[in-house]
Amino acid sequence: MNIKRRSLLGTAVLALSLGLGGAALAQDKTKVGFIYVGPIGDGGWTHEHDQGRLAVEKEFGDKVETVYVENVPEGPDAERVMTQMALNGADLIFTTSFGFMDATINVAKKFPKVKFEHATGYKRADNVSTYSARFYEGRAVQGTIAGRMTKSNVVGYIGSYPIPEVIRGINSAYIHAKKVNPDVQFKIVWAYTWFDPAKEADAAKVLIEQGADVILQHTDSTAPHAAAKEKGGVYTFGQASDMSEYAPMPRISSIIDNWAPYYIERTKAVIDGTWESTDTWAGIGPGMVGIGEFSSEIPADVQAEANALKDKIASGEYHPFTGPLKKQDGSDWLAEGETADDGTLAGMNFYVEGIVGDIPQ
Amino acid sequence: MIVLEKRPQPSRGWSMSTPVLAVLATMVAGGLLFGLLGKNPFLAIETIFWEPLFGEFASYYRPQLLVKAAPLVLIAIGLSLGFKAGIWNIGAEGQYIIGAICGAGVGLAFYPLEAWYIFPLMVIGGALGGWAWAMIPALLKVRFGTNEILVSLMLVYVAEKLLASMALGLLKNPQGFGFPGSRNLNDYASATSWISQDVGLHWGMAAALIAVIFAYILLNRHMLGFQIRLTGEAPRAARFAGVNPSRLILFCLGASGMLAGLAGLFEVAGPSGQITIDFNANYGFTAIIVAFLGRLHPIGILLAGLLMALTYIGGDIAQGNLGLPAAAVQVFQGMLLFFLLAFDLLTNYRIRLKTREVA
Repeated sequence: MNIKRRSLLGTAVLALSLGLGGAALAQDKTKVGFIYVGPIGDGGWTHEHDQGRLAVEKEFGDKVETVYVENVPEGPDAERVMTQMALNGADLIFTTSFGFMDATINVAKKFPKVKFEHATGYKRADNVSTYSARFYEGRAVQGTIAGRMTKSNVVGYIGSYPIPEVIRGINSAYIHAKKVNPDVQFKIVWAYTWFDPAKEADAAKVLIEQGADVILQHTDSTAPHAAAKEKGGVYTFGQASDMSEYAPMPRISSIIDNWAPYYIERTKAVIDGTWESTDTWAGIGPGMVGIGEFSSEIPADVQAEANALKDKIASGEYHPFTGPLKKQDGSDWLAEGETADDGTLAGMNFYVEGIVGDIPQ
Repeated sequence: MIVLEKRPQPSRGWSMSTPVLAVLATMVAGGLLFGLLGKNPFLAIETIFWEPLFGEFASYYRPQLLVKAAPLVLIAIGLSLGFKAGIWNIGAEGQYIIGAICGAGVGLAFYPLEAWYIFPLMVIGGALGGWAWAMIPALLKVRFGTNEILVSLMLVYVAEKLLASMALGLLKNPQGFGFPGSRNLNDYASATSWISQDVGLHWGMAAALIAVIFAYILLNRHMLGFQIRLTGEAPRAARFAGVNPSRLILFCLGASGMLAGLAGLFEVAGPSGQITIDFNANYGFTAIIVAFLGRLHPIGILLAGLLMALTYIGGDIAQGNLGLPAAAVQVFQGMLLFFLLAFDLLTNYRIRLKTREVA
């Protein structure tokens, strides 16, 4: 027993000295940490963030070391995991879910030398930046295709949480579906999860039963695609990730988050010592939002129409929220030719005119 | 041939030693699993069990262990009272949520007033909230003989809906730019449960310790504790001894609901800070495991809560430092329970080798 204990201690000391030696050797190695809300194998949101992490590793090779923790619940556990990364010498930490916001700010206070990047939040500090993608630009293209493709004129929408991010997507998709198909109707189901294949599949089935033949989703798993495939004749779109394993049917296109260029840029800034707290909100133009390949199911003229819209958004010629637009209650929002300001978009908590149903309160 | 033979009396020796054996077996099987995943099994086990306690940053992790263990212990103590008497409150998660909503609601109602009495009122609010939520299955059982397992479990889902509604509506931070979630109570000095956030101590830990001591005294020195044990071990005898079953149901469910509500309050006013849509982190369900891992004994529960906290925190460290997948860590935690139940068999049965009898 005694011997065993000694040897165990010995291993600990050895591991410790190795660790220290490693740290000394790797003094100029920049350590980048990632905190994920889901598993890296979700095939959606977290998967794309992890692709960004791998791109950072590939870009900088031996100059960086990346670490990640997946499936971190939003709350006190997130704070502990971030602290753990900072204690272990991370120079830059990406916290990749809205719910990590307060935890990121708290930990950042304790580690002023560590840089933090929080995705989709609105709280910043000297060492905390925020970044997000203008997914609603992709939703405009998606809505156009959905409006053209539906035969039942019912489009199903699986919402995650009723937060501005998701509501913006619903509005943008609806406005553009309505533009090409005045008879279109949206049915919205709230799943109250970012990733739960069982719940997402149930939501998709409910929507299909209610007559939807196009399903849009703001949740991260491929379960709705599987449900649509089983039913047949229902179109879906990849969310966050291309989900091309379900192409050409039911997945006919997708909105892809491409975090790699941003992660590489920010890591480089830390390496060069030029990192500053910023607020980034980029869309199709800079490539943070990508539109996945159109499947052969989409007729050529619809493809051309969607591509034209995408190009116009990318060049800045067209803003997806351009007046005249009214709110759901019929009050005026944007006048003819007026575009929405980022402040309103960031806190959007209303539907546009024509959407049936209430935002859960 | 190997046969299981029922022991005339449960073995005390096995009952005491199975938790320890289960931990050891988990280490071996978990090590194998980690080895198969291509990680150094010794380093992985060491990271999970050693790093949080005695590693380089132990001074940070040790209080974190208490942060994680406090709500588990608090809830499990309450549950153990009922479980001992055969009253099954499976809905502590719901009582935890309602306690948090009520407690946080009381605090937020006073915002931005700063006064010494706000936090005590929140504590009362949290306790009453959890108690009231547990009274629903209790009264239904006493009055109509409904099954408290089902009712309390179903009420968890009701509580979750209420929580979402609170985060999106009534308790939403008016300065939150339309995002769901209440104000952060950590920024409200009169309403925070932190004693010292830098050290990592909050009132929930004190409450958990007090609950352990009270439960110990109740079960060993008090008539009510005797009645609880008697009802669990010999229901018929208990009835003859004049135990009032209705009173016992109301007490056990009420006490466990109250403690779960308190756990929710201390959590929302401390480590979590705010009411959010998914504020609950399954403490209410994990506490059921903690209660059994601790043999329904107050001291055992305290140790079991700390052990669970250790596997959570160590597991996260192993993920970050060694790149172990989260799923492997969860399997590891699952093994612990599996082995506990497996070894538990030996408390009530003994294994005997029997030669086949020739006919």
